[in-house]
Amino acid sequence: MTPVPMLLAEGVRKSYGDNEVLCGIDLEVTSGEVMCLLGPSGSGKSTFLRCINRLERVDGGRLYVDGERVGLHRHKGKLHEMTDRQLCHFRTQTAMVFQHFNLFPHMTVLGNVLVGPLKVKKEPKAEVVARAHELLERVGLAEKATAYPRQLSGGQQQRVAIARALAMRPKLMLFDEPTSALDPELVGEVLAVMKDLGDSGMTMVVVTHEVGFAREAADTVVFMDAGVVVEAGSPDQVLANPKHERTQTFLSKVPI
Amino acid sequence: MTDATTERIIPLRHWGRWISAAIVLALLALLVRAFATGDIDWAVVGQYFTKSAILKGLSNTLIISVLAMALGIVLGVVFAVMRMSQNPVTNAVAGLYIWFFRGTPVLLQLLLWFNLALVFPTVNLLFWQGDMVDLMTPFLAALLGLGINEGAYMTEIVRSGILSVDRGQTEAALSIGMSHTAVMGRVVLPQALRVIIPTMGNEYIGLLKNSSMAAVIAFPELLRASQAIYFVNYKVMELLIVAAGWYLIVVSIFTVGQMYLERYVGRGQSHITHVPWDRRFLRTMFRTHEVMPTPPADEEEEEQP
Repeated sequence: MTPVPMLLAEGVRKSYGDNEVLCGIDLEVTSGEVMCLLGPSGSGKSTFLRCINRLERVDGGRLYVDGERVGLHRHKGKLHEMTDRQLCHFRTQTAMVFQHFNLFPHMTVLGNVLVGPLKVKKEPKAEVVARAHELLERVGLAEKATAYPRQLSGGQQQRVAIARALAMRPKLMLFDEPTSALDPELVGEVLAVMKDLGDSGMTMVVVTHEVGFAREAADTVVFMDAGVVVEAGSPDQVLANPKHERTQTFLSKVPI
Repeated sequence: MTDATTERIIPLRHWGRWISAAIVLALLALLVRAFATGDIDWAVVGQYFTKSAILKGLSNTLIISVLAMALGIVLGVVFAVMRMSQNPVTNAVAGLYIWFFRGTPVLLQLLLWFNLALVFPTVNLLFWQGDMVDLMTPFLAALLGLGINEGAYMTEIVRSGILSVDRGQTEAALSIGMSHTAVMGRVVLPQALRVIIPTMGNEYIGLLKNSSMAAVIAFPELLRASQAIYFVNYKVMELLIVAAGWYLIVVSIFTVGQMYLERYVGRGQSHITHVPWDRRFLRTMFRTHEVMPTPPADEEEEEQP
């Protein structure tokens, strides 16, 4: 029996009005795999990512996280849309890191990391606090626990956001252009934390423009354009020897 | 240069500020003189300022304005969330509420509540039944009239506060599995408060003064208490000054409280250190020179003409 893939997309479609953003995406991510999604702006990478944790609803196809349909559940042989409550539970399995960090500015760094496990999962406080400190240590921000997000640099904020995501102990982590809003000298510290995460066995789907990161950290690189997967394979195949003209053009334009 | 490590800097002189200050002070002196020599019996003002009837009116004003504001805030939050919900039914209900209670004068609404007995002579609330006249006291009519009207305005204020919070905050909260209620209560509303509080303070001050309209439905608040006295002794101006004085005192105290509240809800938002206004005033008006630390003069940079 083959193991259930952590993420499985079969012909996933999404459109906003007449504008079709995803035109049938087929992808598979196995447990422990790091997949990087590359592609020009507007190619649908971010939208696809946001479909995975149901921030967006898919309009067609099937999307599974760890064998479970995203946003749907089967009851007496019929597919039902998830209720708000079921959706909340579903979303605790994945965690997302955003381009603009989206830390909660009215909470301290520690508060940001604690709020999910404590208020959503209702885990015991002592345990969660200890874990939060460990996670902050891991992203190199142990001494910033009592600071507010506004007092941190962009790179530090994004590392807090990664700690906040990790605190939920997700099966799958989604990164939506995590370094695009950062000053160039701060990109490295965030990528280092992500690389370390990938090496430790976390399953990750990363939308990024950092080709260098994709080459070093990804198991699979997927190139998307205009709502379709143009090319997918190992970094060596896709980045070093792209077969498609569109991939070649894109790679020639981005800084390596 | 006397000292190698500091420099004296003469700040820009703002003569306009001194001229305008002189004009303002002169006008103020004229105004004070006019009132001091005018036909006002200041002894009466002092005498009635702390009269028990006036203090009773003041306490009624405070009670009704605080309770009505509390009702307004609760209604405002509930209807704002309803107004923004995807549910078309709650959405329409909230729209209707705003339309009616914002669309009619508050004075008219007070009269409507007070005269409700004309439409519904008896009431049955399951746990209490009886005549509407007994139920709808001036106090209850004032509370409902002012509070529900305030709620309609608060709805729009809360809604603007919610809209001011970045959409990414909601997405981040949803992505860690928060329910819509938790997103609102833990993430969006606490941040919306920063926008809501200043306007809400304005609303409370408005409500405090509008509570004087409850005088028409025989609610014994501050203005009505003052009127009741001057109807008897004809010291109209004196008692109006007493009432005005109390309104100003309450509003002043409230303004200070609001300042602290704003600083609290804005936590984590800025690191500007707060300078008290008196020190700021003295510094900008009376500063004669400023001493700036400078590095010891470097021989290469030193220009000797």
